[in-house]
Amino acid sequence: MKITYREAVRQALHDALARDPRVFLMGEDVGRYGGSYAVTKGFLDEFGPERIRDTPLSELAFVGCGVGAALGGMRPIVEVMTVNFSLLALDQIMNNAALLRHMSGGQFSVPLVIRMATGAGRQLAAQHSHSLEGWYAHIPGIKILAPATVEDAYGLLAAALADPDPVLIFEHALLYNMEGELASPPAAVDMARAWVRRAGTDVTLITYGGMLWKALDAADALAADGISAEVIDLRVLRPLDNATFLESVRRTRRAVVVDEGWRSGSLAAEVSARIMEQAFYDLDAPVARVCSAEVPIPYAKHLEEAALPQVSRIVAAVKALLPSR
Amino acid sequence: MSDVPVPYERDYALTLLRHMLRIRRFEEKCAELYGQQKIRGFLHLYIGEEAVAAGAIPVLKPDDALVCTYREHGHALVRGIAMTALMAEMYGKREGCSRGRGGSMHIYDARTRFYGGNAIVGGGLPMTVGLALADRLQGIRRVTAGFFGEGAMAEGVFHESMNLAALWKLPVLFCCENNLYAMGTRLERSESQTDLTVKAASFGVPVRKVDGMDVVAVHEAAKEAVAFVRERQSPLFVEFQTYRFRAHSMFDPDLYRDKAEIEEWKQRGPLHTFTDRLKAQGLMTEDDFQRLDGEVNAEVAAAVAFAEQGSWEPIADLTRDVYTPP
Repeated sequence: MKITYREAVRQALHDALARDPRVFLMGEDVGRYGGSYAVTKGFLDEFGPERIRDTPLSELAFVGCGVGAALGGMRPIVEVMTVNFSLLALDQIMNNAALLRHMSGGQFSVPLVIRMATGAGRQLAAQHSHSLEGWYAHIPGIKILAPATVEDAYGLLAAALADPDPVLIFEHALLYNMEGELASPPAAVDMARAWVRRAGTDVTLITYGGMLWKALDAADALAADGISAEVIDLRVLRPLDNATFLESVRRTRRAVVVDEGWRSGSLAAEVSARIMEQAFYDLDAPVARVCSAEVPIPYAKHLEEAALPQVSRIVAAVKALLPSR
Repeated sequence: MSDVPVPYERDYALTLLRHMLRIRRFEEKCAELYGQQKIRGFLHLYIGEEAVAAGAIPVLKPDDALVCTYREHGHALVRGIAMTALMAEMYGKREGCSRGRGGSMHIYDARTRFYGGNAIVGGGLPMTVGLALADRLQGIRRVTAGFFGEGAMAEGVFHESMNLAALWKLPVLFCCENNLYAMGTRLERSESQTDLTVKAASFGVPVRKVDGMDVVAVHEAAKEAVAFVRERQSPLFVEFQTYRFRAHSMFDPDLYRDKAEIEEWKQRGPLHTFTDRLKAQGLMTEDDFQRLDGEVNAEVAAAVAFAEQGSWEPIADLTRDVYTPP
């Protein structure tokens, strides 16, 4: 069945609500408005205001309230409109959700799912366009997912809900209208594993989320030039699945990490460091990175495009690693 | 000292006294052990404020929930966390209630629904609201009590949490322990509105103001407040006016307040005023007090021995419980 990414998230939420009475949704405009990305349209009528809870503009309180409700036996799914707003809730995500289990000597798990939109590309300017998932991936105690496909939009959410620990799901805002296949019933997804989206032999492109599609386009362009690129979708940004990308890099002997976050201290930096630590002697070239320019993402279209990783930059980065032919 | 007669039978009154005495003697020993470097890190003593925890917490039922602050030894003791496990936690031993990972500021106990211990001022408040929401959604009629200092009321999270609890009419008992100082900053130097109940009432939540130095006043107010929240399943705010006799933490030279002010508040000390009242009413003799004090001191000594004999968590277990084991 061909559906949109938005519809896949919606179905995953719908199925969770229908299946498990402990599941409820909470966030700004998730109810009467239908969700700022229209993911939860119609839910209020179907499931009622107790389970589809419109919140005030209080990210800190409603995310923290999700932590408390999770401790109290529920399975809350909290929607934060966009990643920049999640900074208002950072204290609760970091100081409570992430730390509680270890800090309490293992007494309390926090089965909380937090969803938010991330990424640029819609001229929403600096305060609605950043990719901060790499930041969150720094924090032990939470798990970070970045579904890039329709299948994963459904499957990773279902897996996150089955997980006893706090899981943050970053949905790239450009993906909501993308169409893809979803099996009926949808296949189960292993949220601990990265996935090879395209097999190749000359170079490994390691990416996630919205950048997966640019990496795949770059692989097409490279194929036209006789270069075979393998494309790996990380899917889970914490804990990283080292084995999948290391195995690939050991075969292709070259790696380019594509990450919409800023380069300094980025997820790309972490992946690159792990390759250096664990596969250094298998490399034929230094690991390369294609990241966003280190600026607040600007409004004007040409500037926004210039700030973000583009197919042409990925292709150029790959070619720079290969001996000239 | 209140001249209102203590309205309790002897045993009931002595139980309240015992709660306060356990907190006082436990913490005096902690301060001593801190000097001996047996306890490290931050140590925030509750001495002077005992009447609040001792008077309020026994009113809660065993399946109610509590969320407290980093000054929570007293709450933990009154709630029923064993003094041995608490002292072992102060030592950082594996037998501690948080396996030695938390220390003084992060006391947890699933059995008594004691959700910390939170070292971020106001950090426990939204969790308090969420625990109450979980009860509401599961159709369980319980109370969640959140303790916090007046300093937390300057944080945005206080306002967000009060708003949410009031908006959704959740069964939360907000217990503000106003000891007048947010670390070294006195109330009027940090709040434009120094009547804290006015701030709380602006959310449409009923408020109470209670003498937090008088365990009888606290206990009676708590009975009314907890019953209110339990019956109506909606929030209530109580300000307990109290004072800490010791510095903010063991690192605090306490230079920001008058010695005379401290002495004045000590005149109202919750332990000796209650003891005096019980004696004056003939509910207790000096011998009774000495016997009780002896029992409490023996309990403290046993807790210290337990902590001393405790073990260190193996370093191999360092990363255990970052995530739930599969």
